[in-house]
Amino acid sequence: MTMPLMKPPRKNPVLRTRQMNLPPGARGRVALGLMAAAAEGRFALQVCADCGALQYPPREACHRCLSPRLPWQAQTGEGELLAATTLAHSNDLFFRERLPWRLGMVRLDAGASVMVHLHGEVGEAPCRVRVGARLDRAGQAVLIGYPEKGTAHMADDTMLREMTSDPKHRKVLVTDGKSPVGQAVARAMAQAGADIVWVGHAEPWKQLPGLAELAALPQVTLVPLDVTDERSVNERAGEIGGKVDIVVNTAELHRGFGIAARRGTDVAKSEMEVNYFGLLRLAQAFGPALKGRAADGATHATAWVNLLSVYALANFPSHGTFSASKAAALSLAQCLRAEMRGAGIRVVNVFPGPIDDEWNQNLPPPKLAPAALASAIVKALRDGVEDVYPGDVAQEWLARWRDNPKVLERELAAGGM
Amino acid sequence: MNTTPQDILAGLALALAGGRVRIVDLTQTLSSEFPAIALPPEMGQCQPFRIEQISAYDERGPGWYWNNFSCGEHTGTHFDAPIHWISGRDLPNNSVDTIPVQHFVAPACVIDCSPQVKDDPDYLLTPADIEDYEAKHGRIPAGAWVLMRTDWSKRHDPEAYQNFDETGQHTPGPSTEAVRFLVEQRDVLGFGSEAIGTDAGQGYHLRPPYPCHYYMHGAGRYGLQCLSNLDLLPPAGAMLICPPLKIEKGSGSPLRVLALVGATA
Amino acid sequence: MAHVLKRKGYEGVALAVPVTVPYERYSIRGAHWFLGQAVRALVQASGLAKEQIDGLTVSSFSLAPDTAVGVTQHLGLSPRWLDHIPTGGASGVMALRRAARAVQCGDAEVVACVAADTNHVDSFRQTLGSFSDFARDASYPYGSGGPNSMFAFITANYIRTYGARREDFGRIAVAQRSNALKNPNALFKKPLTLDEYMAARPISEPIHLFDCVMPCAGAEAFLVMSPARARDLGLPHVLLRGAIERHNAFADDPVMVRGGWAMDRGDLYAQAGLQPQDIDLLQTYDDYPVIAMMQFEDLGFCAKGEGPDFVRAHDLTVGGDFPQNTSGGQLSCGQAGAAGGFIGMTETIRQLTGQAGERSVAGARHGLVGGFGMVTYDRCLCTGAVILGKSE
Repeated sequence: MTMPLMKPPRKNPVLRTRQMNLPPGARGRVALGLMAAAAEGRFALQVCADCGALQYPPREACHRCLSPRLPWQAQTGEGELLAATTLAHSNDLFFRERLPWRLGMVRLDAGASVMVHLHGEVGEAPCRVRVGARLDRAGQAVLIGYPEKGTAHMADDTMLREMTSDPKHRKVLVTDGKSPVGQAVARAMAQAGADIVWVGHAEPWKQLPGLAELAALPQVTLVPLDVTDERSVNERAGEIGGKVDIVVNTAELHRGFGIAARRGTDVAKSEMEVNYFGLLRLAQAFGPALKGRAADGATHATAWVNLLSVYALANFPSHGTFSASKAAALSLAQCLRAEMRGAGIRVVNVFPGPIDDEWNQNLPPPKLAPAALASAIVKALRDGVEDVYPGDVAQEWLARWRDNPKVLERELAAGGM
Repeated sequence: MNTTPQDILAGLALALAGGRVRIVDLTQTLSSEFPAIALPPEMGQCQPFRIEQISAYDERGPGWYWNNFSCGEHTGTHFDAPIHWISGRDLPNNSVDTIPVQHFVAPACVIDCSPQVKDDPDYLLTPADIEDYEAKHGRIPAGAWVLMRTDWSKRHDPEAYQNFDETGQHTPGPSTEAVRFLVEQRDVLGFGSEAIGTDAGQGYHLRPPYPCHYYMHGAGRYGLQCLSNLDLLPPAGAMLICPPLKIEKGSGSPLRVLALVGATA
Repeated sequence: MAHVLKRKGYEGVALAVPVTVPYERYSIRGAHWFLGQAVRALVQASGLAKEQIDGLTVSSFSLAPDTAVGVTQHLGLSPRWLDHIPTGGASGVMALRRAARAVQCGDAEVVACVAADTNHVDSFRQTLGSFSDFARDASYPYGSGGPNSMFAFITANYIRTYGARREDFGRIAVAQRSNALKNPNALFKKPLTLDEYMAARPISEPIHLFDCVMPCAGAEAFLVMSPARARDLGLPHVLLRGAIERHNAFADDPVMVRGGWAMDRGDLYAQAGLQPQDIDLLQTYDDYPVIAMMQFEDLGFCAKGEGPDFVRAHDLTVGGDFPQNTSGGQLSCGQAGAAGGFIGMTETIRQLTGQAGERSVAGARHGLVGGFGMVTYDRCLCTGAVILGKSE
């Protein structure tokens, strides 16, 4: 039975803020395949394509038949806990600071013995468990032993919370609350138990519907924030940055032009100014405090979410300059992920397909409802996932892109999808 | 008079030094908060004022502070040249770099509509208002600026300054008849407003749309927008100094608008 | 048990000159210093000139970026046979097996087998992070900062499977401490009672403080040569009677319950022409008591699962009926890195040549030395064992 996470007491301001020590982050290249799957919420292991043997730890040749054909396959993770231990001492700083810590040795039904972090609701050996993979604070995959059936608050397990970025009791900044997506995200954060949701808005003289109702929610505080304005971003960061635990950058400018359809660079520049440079400004201004508070109590700073687009992977020509701006933002978001990693902050990149909003009015369905996108973001934070492709179009686009990006490029150029 | 131009200038210098002629600043401060004109999203937009530090006595430049800024030609307190409007596109000397510089120093007539605007943000300046003004302060001379005082510049909240609702923007301006009168009957130099445009916020719905732009620029005259401190000017007699940046084929530019006024006794 | 020998035996191999460079908890010196002092002691105690050492094996965890090759130039040696044996607790057995073959076929006449490690305050943590691919990928991330949790699983599983109790492992630790009090080189100088063992702070349940070795700096070494050469030099020596090694044994066992010794012990005793009851003293590789207990079983002294009963029924001290880790073992002397794989070897040479002082086991003629090491993510991969015999 996991104790539900209570709202933590106010921090004593004269005390030094605890800094982050990362768990061991070195992995070999093949082992990073585990991370690649866990980054999307999947538990996969290598299974020999020739003899079917399960491989663990990850390796370059089948331990049974030496075949090099070892594709990664999804695992149920069901197995038997053979032994458990409670770590009472460690020379590793991350674990030393978080003792006691439960570990287990599980025999997967699929045929390998694996060391796991044990969820607190798992009983003593022998018992059945289900193993899954998560990203730890170093952004690397680790295996978790879950109880077969968890209780209501199992997500509040202290070990599991180190792997996730649950908005509950946390303070969230949604950078643009004027768009339908921004409003849906703000609502979803409030519903997920966020303590405060700061909602940014620019150009106050442009009234878009919904902002006033959003402001009426008790957790919501509107803050002027214009991601195209260095001073606005810096001032807001100076005022609230030291309290933000999760940044969700929903600021986006979306027009439907390629190259020939709109002369001049001003529209494309505006898209870049918000979608790319906006991210740069926000990251420079809000990043340092976020990193500095990565170990600041039970509801420490934890994540940075970027609303990208599946168009960032392959250009959608009819929204060509928007696609390019999202591709630029993706590259920068990867840079941000690398820079945040040392602090143990998770950068979550979200790649929706076309959203059901005015700028995609002419695109046929399926289109992603803002509320569905917001739910996917909350789920990604709760699951500790790094890359999210919400909705049917995003999933198919991703599958085609992974299968053969050149073929997808041509399909999109021919007006497909 | 027998005073030489040198005497006039010397006298002006003395008067300025002694405070008998004062300079009033009619310019809004350029900052990122100051509203930029917002067209419908399908149109190209005038960029708002943005400023980014190059260095501030720091590792980017230890001994100095300076910035890069960007904005549109029509950001903040700005000058409209005739080339800005389709009706003035083919006129000679119609861009900010070719307008005769003599036009950048000119007398100004200030028509006070602030009481009417207090009750009605959409208030339009009418020929009757002009008549009323002239009855009190004399005929508007040819080659003078006509500035519509509305105290709109005292709306420091950007939202109130823009004053949008679902039907669009609601700011004061001149009626079609007033503009035509000023151009055709009074040969004015240009029209100045405290609001974000020389035309009223609902000017799109006048006939023709945006009559101030249409007729003023169509007649080779100029516009000034986002003026402030018009309440510090005398109704007549102030001298306006308003040279825009010398941008090649520019349609306008942000500028410093100053007025020379005599000190009240 | 009749066992057909499928290969050449180890006749004509002698071990002499057991050397220990005194252990230190921490040292600012490098591994090369301890290696150098070990080789120096070998030279001085053997009466040989340094140049007469024509074979060398080196085992160390703290030598990087050097290997045995760099050591030759560092110490001014020109061997014609060289081996780098970085296999930790199994390095003593493996070094001896290779040196023995070199001496048997004449590739070298006098082989120095040396194991040395330094220990700085952060050595232990640095070593384990890059210990093996699988440790890096599948064990180190889970936080025990070393193999403690892994052996906690092995111990807990053994307890559950065979009904062992912590007290049984405690008996091993307590007996070894008693032995260590007679060993001037042991770093632990105070007696240990079973109550103290049981009450000691937990490390990773059921592993508590006295189940863990203490890393330290030090070196162990010996010479391998022909018995004739040893007699010519007037060196007290022992004979190699049998030797086995096995790596990645019983890979399909979900958790380690047995080691590779169980696969090859028949061969070991057949080479020596002996049975387990002929063994007068046993040096197990004792990184954790559970592994010592497995060696009692897998080296044939009792059946699998009977380890607890065996320990309860026997006195493991030097004066007891089953002398085990007569030096005190690593648990009471300290683990000088790879030298932990040699401590049983030098102790057995001393015991069988009358150089064990107060620790001497009376009438000992045959000693068995176990080797074990190289932890990956769920077990150690190397096992080995040798039987040494008195030289007449």
